[in-house]
Amino acid sequence: MKAQIEAIRAAALEEISQAGQTGELDAVRVRYLGRKGRLTALLKQMGGLSPEERPVMGQIANQARQSLEQAIETRAAQLAGQALERQLEREAVDVTIPGKKRPVGRRHPMYQALDELTDIFVSLGFTVLDGPEIELAELNFDRLNAGEDHPSRDWSDTFYFDRDSRVMLRSQTSPMQVRAMDSMELPIRIVAPGRVYRKDEADATHSPMFHQMEGMVIDKGITMADLKGTLNLAIRKLYGQRTVTRFRPHHFPFTEPSCEMDVQCHKCGGAGCPTCKGEGWIEVLGAGVIHPRVLEMAGIDPEVYSGWAFGMGLERMAMRQFKIADLRLIFENDVRFLEQF
Amino acid sequence: MREGEYTMNLSRKWLNEFVQVSASDQEFAEAMTLSGSKVETTADLGAEISNVVAGRISSMERHPNSDHMWVCQVDVGQEEPVQICTGAWNIHPGDMVPVALHRATLPGGVKITKGKLRGQMSNGMLCSLKELGLDERDFPYAVIRAAALLNDYHPIDPERPSVSPDIRAGDCVHGPALAAQVLEVTGRGGDFLVTLSLGDSQVQTVTDCANLHPGDLAVYHTKTGRVCTLMDLRAEQREFPHCIEDGIFVLQEEGVRPGDDIRPVINADDHVVEFEITPNRPDCLSVIGLAREAAATFGVPCQLHTPQVKGGAPGVLTELLDVETPDADLVPRYTARMVRNVKIAPSPKWMRERLRSMGVRPINNIVDITNYVMLEYGQPMHAFDYRYVNGGKIIVRRAAEGEELTTLDGNVRRLNHNHLVIADETRAVGLAGIMGGMNSEIVADTTDVVFESACFDGPCIRKGALALGMRTDASAKNEKGLDPMNTLPAVQRACELVELLGAGEVVDGVIDILNHVPEPTVLKLEPDKINALLGTCISEEEMTAILEKLDFRVEGGLVTVPSWRGDVKYMADLAEEVARFHGYNNIPSTLMKGQTTLGGRSPAQLLERRLGRLCRSAGYNEIITYSFTSPASYDKLRWPPEDPRRNSFQILNPLGEDTSIMRTTLLSSLLEILARNWNLRNPAARLYEIGRIYLPGGEQGLAVESRVLGLGAYGEEMDFFALKGAVETILEDLRVERPRFTPCGDNPSYHPGRCAQVWSGEDCLGVFGQIHPLCARSFGADGPLYCAELSFEALERARGPEPEYVPLPKFPAVDRDICVVCDETVAVGALEDCIRAAGGGLLKHAALFDIYRGDGVPQGKKSVAFSLTLRSEERSLTAAEADETVAAVLAALEAELGAVLR
Repeated sequence: MKAQIEAIRAAALEEISQAGQTGELDAVRVRYLGRKGRLTALLKQMGGLSPEERPVMGQIANQARQSLEQAIETRAAQLAGQALERQLEREAVDVTIPGKKRPVGRRHPMYQALDELTDIFVSLGFTVLDGPEIELAELNFDRLNAGEDHPSRDWSDTFYFDRDSRVMLRSQTSPMQVRAMDSMELPIRIVAPGRVYRKDEADATHSPMFHQMEGMVIDKGITMADLKGTLNLAIRKLYGQRTVTRFRPHHFPFTEPSCEMDVQCHKCGGAGCPTCKGEGWIEVLGAGVIHPRVLEMAGIDPEVYSGWAFGMGLERMAMRQFKIADLRLIFENDVRFLEQF
Repeated sequence: MREGEYTMNLSRKWLNEFVQVSASDQEFAEAMTLSGSKVETTADLGAEISNVVAGRISSMERHPNSDHMWVCQVDVGQEEPVQICTGAWNIHPGDMVPVALHRATLPGGVKITKGKLRGQMSNGMLCSLKELGLDERDFPYAVIRAAALLNDYHPIDPERPSVSPDIRAGDCVHGPALAAQVLEVTGRGGDFLVTLSLGDSQVQTVTDCANLHPGDLAVYHTKTGRVCTLMDLRAEQREFPHCIEDGIFVLQEEGVRPGDDIRPVINADDHVVEFEITPNRPDCLSVIGLAREAAATFGVPCQLHTPQVKGGAPGVLTELLDVETPDADLVPRYTARMVRNVKIAPSPKWMRERLRSMGVRPINNIVDITNYVMLEYGQPMHAFDYRYVNGGKIIVRRAAEGEELTTLDGNVRRLNHNHLVIADETRAVGLAGIMGGMNSEIVADTTDVVFESACFDGPCIRKGALALGMRTDASAKNEKGLDPMNTLPAVQRACELVELLGAGEVVDGVIDILNHVPEPTVLKLEPDKINALLGTCISEEEMTAILEKLDFRVEGGLVTVPSWRGDVKYMADLAEEVARFHGYNNIPSTLMKGQTTLGGRSPAQLLERRLGRLCRSAGYNEIITYSFTSPASYDKLRWPPEDPRRNSFQILNPLGEDTSIMRTTLLSSLLEILARNWNLRNPAARLYEIGRIYLPGGEQGLAVESRVLGLGAYGEEMDFFALKGAVETILEDLRVERPRFTPCGDNPSYHPGRCAQVWSGEDCLGVFGQIHPLCARSFGADGPLYCAELSFEALERARGPEPEYVPLPKFPAVDRDICVVCDETVAVGALEDCIRAAGGGLLKHAALFDIYRGDGVPQGKKSVAFSLTLRSEERSLTAAEADETVAAVLAALEAELGAVLR
């Protein structure tokens, strides 16, 4: 009987190893281990054995059964693995076929430059202000120390809505300085980006409408050195830690001393090249210590408080950043242009 | 920040007369820029000229292979003369001329190399004025006159020549004009003594024609005794193609030797620096003003010159001239002197060179003197012809209403009461501070001249010039308010120059009316305050030294501001002077101390950013459009004439009609850009802008500036629902609760059947849909365009609250699909509303999944399928409970909308 068991086991193992599919394997299981299987049938004959032989043979038969079950399981796992492999092979794709695109819109390059700059000043504790573009000449000029005879008040330079030149399109974001002084508690730290308007025909470097960012600080003990420190910090955050800057005297009616800030040309390092028009420096903004008259007109005592302000053109900044050669592109809104940024 | 700027050219040679600065152009520009006089450009006037020398023509022969060229031997200071061929006929042996040698360069990038001209070697080029970048105004003596030479005669009609080809000396050309053979030519200081053969006789005559050479056949007029020009013969230039009034620049400069570099001879060795002058520094619009800045910048002395006038002309000034200034407030100071026995002539070379290097055209000695003084002192001067000052009286007065004056530029100016004129007893002779009058212009036979050096009211001049649309050098200076202390030195300088140039005799005495001469400004020197403002610790000594360098007087803690520095009025102004010369870049860079501020963006600004991000994630690109538009755009939008949105802010002085009103809608801007892209043949566009519209009715006469989120799109993947999907995404992100969409058939800009309004409660958030084809076409696009206009403020209001966690469902949901057939006219929204109302609390969700028309559905009907999700929060629903809800829904659909189960 032992030999019989061994023979069945060997035959079964052979068949298991030959089974090429899960179905075949199942058939093998039924044939040997099923209710009418060969090993099962053999075991049924154990009743005829002597009581001494019965446990011995029983153990042998059980071992045989276990080894067959294990072999079937192993083979089944093998077959499943092979099947999966074949499936994966079938499922292979050409990865060079383009993906299913979801169109993504772009932020306009001017706004990208604006965002970056605004974020820097927000991180320095500046509040972002919005204000009207149709503005009183009083705020755009008078309150900024540009009197009746200031040339930029001319109708050839500024757009007006009434014969008395009272209501105009703001020619600068600077009236936001006045609005902030009139409405906010001291100390003040603001930036105010927005549209401004000047009577310039559109060409590669001019536009009747463009964007500026105004900035202003008023507090006790504010100095020109603070102006330099803060603007240096902001510009270095924007253009990199190693950016070299310089300040040049300039003139604005509402600041004194006034200055313009240049950054050393990143292309030539100051030697002079077409990017900086041979000057080695690129002008980035105008700034200055707030004129005492401007503070006085806002009811702020210039003996106690002082401040500084700056203004910069945003299109020019964006054009520099993205190497855009013509200002008209900014307002043309050709999708082939917009999608580049 | 903005500021008008002015430019000023400065000749460094002229500057060096006052301040010795040897810095290179680049160093000079850098230092001046950093001390506050911004240099725009520097130019080496001779940069383009190299290897050009003076040369003397030693001999010349006719070119063997050309009928019009000469082969010259030119002494250029080398051992051997060089041979140069030229086509010019105005030169003669002995002439000194500019010679561009082999490898020379000339203005305009011209390069000269040696080569053969019709077989003859030419080792360079003889130069004309023009080739050196000059013209006759620079060298008036270099004007060339040409005689008509019969050997250059080319008949217009070869069949019928006016002059016989075999004409010989003595033959008649026309009436008393005979052909004359040139035998000999001798130069006599610009003119020429020529000996002519008339066949059987000889004559000698003097001519200014420079193109005669022995052997030429000229035309001699026996009555006048002169050599005939083309004009004398009434001949056309093309008949005598080489007898032209042009040629080589024959130098008449003293002390020039062969081989000398030509650049100093023609003043091309000067360097010109262009400054940008800010409007607060009109004093720097002068050589002296910039000399003061340069002296302070480089720490060298500024040597100014006090004009000396000899005077002594016949007559007594007060008897010759009387000046009245009835409008004294407009004429702070009026200074005048007189010059008699004037000889109008070109001014000397040095003066012409100075003017030209500063960009001013030389005219004649008197006019050049006024310009010279204006450049040097910054004081506009005017010279007028005394004989046209009727009654010997000058009255500076307001013009009469409608008074006319022809200004020097030949234009008739109609004046009004706001203009200031210089007048005599009967009429205006000049527009004060702007331009002189034609009726008193300095002309060739002027003998007596009045020099005016005045200070007028700046605003009056500015407005006057502006109203006439004429901005001159003089008005640009006058409008900024000049230093009244400058009028006297300037007029003295002009008179000194008159004497120096021998241009006339100066009458003794000065007329000087001082109506208003301001007291000098005196400020306290407060070093602590200045340091506190600058954030520096500059010593009082350094401050004093800086201010004194700039001619401020510092005494006993008080600073007296010089008269030309009207811009200095406050301590802050002194601080700027100190800072400029201490060096802006020597001020420390510090971070602000004091109270910190929170800063940041407002909720509206954050919403604006969020909306932008949403639009971009939906595939829309951001655009920036002009805030102004054309009134015609409202017609293009098909707005009816009475539409209240046509009520716009109008710019009274627009650049053009197209940009003359402030938009009250974003739609025209969107459509303009969509159409532009369409016409650029971009296949698709998805664009957005969060822009302002400007509505009347704001405070203080200002606008209500509302913001609108505009979307605009076209392209293959666009349709109404693609746009609606973008709108819905935005609303969902903002958690707008239950937005409603209603059809909008009456918006004239949109397709009446493809336009919706979107609502949150009773608040209309905006409108969107396909643009009306007529409207699209009027903007220039002939395909479907889609736009949305959402009110930013309404979106802000409709925004849902911040989310709060809701426990996740514990019990499973039951899904049931229903499909009903209803009339075409029943809106899906109405079905949805009905389902939702009838579904009660168990209905959690109802979603449209199909609309079907066709087989099995009657004409005029549609089949609409929804997927319903039912769930209870308390228990698992039984099938019976679900069926009950579905039955209620179906019953309601049938009862309310006639929709029956399919």
